Amino acid sequence: MTVLKTERLPLRSDSDIIRMRQEVRAWAIAIALSLVDQTKLVTAASELGRNTRIYGGGGDVTLEILENGARRGVRLSFVDQGPGIADVELALKDGYTSGGGLGLGLGGAKRLSNEFQIITAPGQGTSVIITRWKL
Amino acid sequence: MERIPILKMGEFLLVTIQVDMHDQLAMNLQDDLTQRIVKSKAKGVLIDISSLEIVDSFIGRMLGNIAGMSRILDAQTVVVGMQPSVAITLVELGLSLQGVRTALNVERGMRLLRTALGEDEESDDGLED
Repeated sequence: MTVLKTERLPLRSDSDIIRMRQEVRAWAIAIALSLVDQTKLVTAASELGRNTRIYGGGGDVTLEILENGARRGVRLSFVDQGPGIADVELALKDGYTSGGGLGLGLGGAKRLSNEFQIITAPGQGTSVIITRWKL
Repeated sequence: MERIPILKMGEFLLVTIQVDMHDQLAMNLQDDLTQRIVKSKAKGVLIDISSLEIVDSFIGRMLGNIAGMSRILDAQTVVVGMQPSVAITLVELGLSLQGVRTALNVERGMRLLRTALGEDEESDDGLED
């Protein structure tokens, strides 16, 4: 698997989130994702970007275009140095929230992605990595 | 502070969201709308989201809140113009927008509001739903 392009963006304010969503949309279009798949990826990015900003105390996202044989995909890595998540199973459950949200962010983002990975521990920050492939 | 304009058309309030929604903007709209409903004694609110390219859980929650608050303030809310790709994504995300009335476009949304209002006036003897 090769990484064709990469870029890192900050996630510290509302306007950072908007800029990130626009970038993700542009990258999704660049690998010719369908409109529905673009929308899924941008929506998942919006949920995860909000988590990074609110629960992680800010952080950043790395965008990558991947090539695996004839397939291309967009990989997004959301990284924060926040408090981390003690119970990942619970955090992925619909309806569970430690804040004021609906508790759909993490589980929803997982459903909207082809690949989903979370690396976290209490006090160690959180990284969430999602990939959407052009099928 | 950045705000989304609210237009008054007779007994209805009309909101067309034409910018990329961020969380603070969504919160402002929620506050502004509830105040305008009371001030203008509006009986209906129509929110056009045809320009919105995504609706995430935060915006979805805002739409639900607006529908709930306006109901308590004796006004109906209709959300119109959702793009098909947004609808597909919303359901997969896990949001079904329960309690939010929707219509395909502004015209149908207005018709829905007028009908709801007509029914309200007829059932002023206390029967509802």
